[in-house]
Amino acid sequence: MTITFRSETFRDDFTFRNSLYNIRRFPFPFDRDEYMYSVNMEPHVRGKKDSVFENLIDVDEHYVAEMQDRALVLKEDPLRCQALPHMMAAQWDTLELLMEHQAQDYPEHFTVTKNGDRWRWINRPMGIDDTFTFGDPATLPYQPMEYITRQAQGDFCIVDQRDNNLWMDAGMVTTQADWSLDFDIGMNFMEWHGPVPLAHQIGVFDRALKFLLNLQQGKPTRRLNWTMTVNPRLDTSPENYHKWGPDRLTVTPENVGEKMHLRVELQSLWRLPRSNAILFVIRCYLISLEELVTVPKWGRRLPRVLQSLPPEIIDYKGLTRNRPIMIDWLAKYDDGAPTSAGIFPD
Amino acid sequence: MLVQGIKSRPEYKGLDIDPHAKRHLFVLEGEGAAALTDQVEARGKDFLAKSEILYLAAGAAPKAYDVALAALSPDVFWQAPTLQPMLFRLRACLDQARMGTRLYIAGTEGFIGQIMQVALEFGIDFNSIHTEHRGSTARRVQCVHCKGITDNVTTSPFACSHCGLSLLVRDHYSRRLGAFQGVNIDAEEPGTAPQPEEMFP
Repeated sequence: MTITFRSETFRDDFTFRNSLYNIRRFPFPFDRDEYMYSVNMEPHVRGKKDSVFENLIDVDEHYVAEMQDRALVLKEDPLRCQALPHMMAAQWDTLELLMEHQAQDYPEHFTVTKNGDRWRWINRPMGIDDTFTFGDPATLPYQPMEYITRQAQGDFCIVDQRDNNLWMDAGMVTTQADWSLDFDIGMNFMEWHGPVPLAHQIGVFDRALKFLLNLQQGKPTRRLNWTMTVNPRLDTSPENYHKWGPDRLTVTPENVGEKMHLRVELQSLWRLPRSNAILFVIRCYLISLEELVTVPKWGRRLPRVLQSLPPEIIDYKGLTRNRPIMIDWLAKYDDGAPTSAGIFPD
Repeated sequence: MLVQGIKSRPEYKGLDIDPHAKRHLFVLEGEGAAALTDQVEARGKDFLAKSEILYLAAGAAPKAYDVALAALSPDVFWQAPTLQPMLFRLRACLDQARMGTRLYIAGTEGFIGQIMQVALEFGIDFNSIHTEHRGSTARRVQCVHCKGITDNVTTSPFACSHCGLSLLVRDHYSRRLGAFQGVNIDAEEPGTAPQPEEMFP
C-alpha cells in the first residue's frame, strides 16, 4: 500500500492530525479499565492488518513530517544523538535492520540493494539515493546509526550487554517523554530507570532485565508505555522543559479535547547479530482526545483508567494539573457500559 | 549521611585497603583525609610504603589534615592548591600507572565524581575503584537545559550559575558527568519557584 505522507508540524502551529484510517490503527495501550506498571512484554510478531503491528518497523502517514522535526531538533541540540566509541558494530547492525525491514515491508517507498559490501539505499519519500560500503563509516554522510535513524520513525537506543547488565551506550532521542540521553548515556538498566517510581519496589525492573538479557536474535519483543502530552509535540525533552512546560497551563475545559494528547510508545527490543547489543526502538504515537473518543470503547475506557491511577504515577507522568479537566471532559463518553477485553476497537 | 536509595548514584563503600595491590594511589579531598588515617589506625602502616597520596585540602584547610597525611610518610605525598592542578597531576599519575595499582578516592561527592571521571577516561573499571564519602553532602549538579555544571549545591531549588533558571535537584546521578540532574522547577509557571530549602548541608 502506498502511504500518503502528511505535511504537518509538531511545534509552533501544531498542524499534526491523524487521518480516520490512522485513528483506527492507533496503539491504544489499555487492555482493561485500570492501569498499573507490569512487565507487559509480548513477542514482537506481525499482528492485525491495518494495525501498527502489521509490520515490525511501522511506517505511517507522519513519516516525512517526523523526520523533518527530528532534523530541527538535531540542529538545535546535536547531543540528542550520541554513540560511545565501542558501539560501531552495533551501529551497523542497526542500519542493516532498519533498512531491511523498511525495504521489505514498504518496497514502494524504500529499496536496499546489496552487491557484496557495496549497498545502495533509496528512500523515495525523503528523496535519498546513496551508495556506500557497509562497514566503512567514511562512505556515509553521518555515522551509521545517525544516518539511518534520521530516516526511521521513533527514538532509538542501542544497549550493550556486559557484566549481566544492559548499558545505554548509544542513541538517537528526539521524541522522548522527558528523559535525557545526554544525561543517561553510559548508565546501566537500573540506573537509567532510577527515577521511575513504584516499579523498582515491585520488582518490575529485576524481571525485565532478566528477560532482556536472554533476548534471542530473530525473536524481538515489545511492550506499550504511555503518558499524556499537551499539544502534539514530539520533542518533550527535559532539555526543553522550560519551553514546553508552560503548555500545561493552556488547557481549559473548552480546548482539552483538541490540546491533550495520549502519547503511546510502542517499544520493541531486538537482539543485534554482530555486536550482541540490543536495539531498543521507542516509537511514539500521538492522538488527541477528540480523535480518540471517535472509537467508543476507548472513550469509555480512558476516563476509567485516569480515575484509577495511583498518585505516584499521576505525578511522574506530569498529569497532576490537567487530569481533572480530562476526566470531566471524557465523562460524557463513558455511558457505564462494560468494555471488551484487549486494546483493539470493537 | 547521604540520602539512600538513589539507583543511579554510585555506592561509596569505603576505602578498604586492598592487600594484593602493588601500589596504592589515594586521591583525597578535605575530610577525605580522615578516611585514610582511619584505615591506618585499623590496618597498620605497612601499605604506606607503596602509597602515593594526592591531597586537596579545600574547605578543610584549617584542620591541617595535610600535616597528618605527610606525617604518615607515604612513598609520595603531594598537595594540590586547587582542583585543576589536582586533575593534571592525577592524569600524569594514571599515565604512568602500572598493572596492580589500586585507586582510592575520598572526599565530597562532587570531588569523587570528578576524579572518577578522569579514571573512567583512562579505562579503569568504576567497580574497581574504592571510594568513601566524607564531608559535606553538597551536590554537583548539571543543568539539563544549558548543560552548565554548578558545584557545591546545598539547596533545592537553586539558581543555575550559568543560565539562571531555578533548578530542582533530581535524585538522578550520571557517573559520566559526575553530577546530579537539575531541572527547571517553575517551567510550567515561571516565577512560582518555591524558596530554596537547605537539603544537602
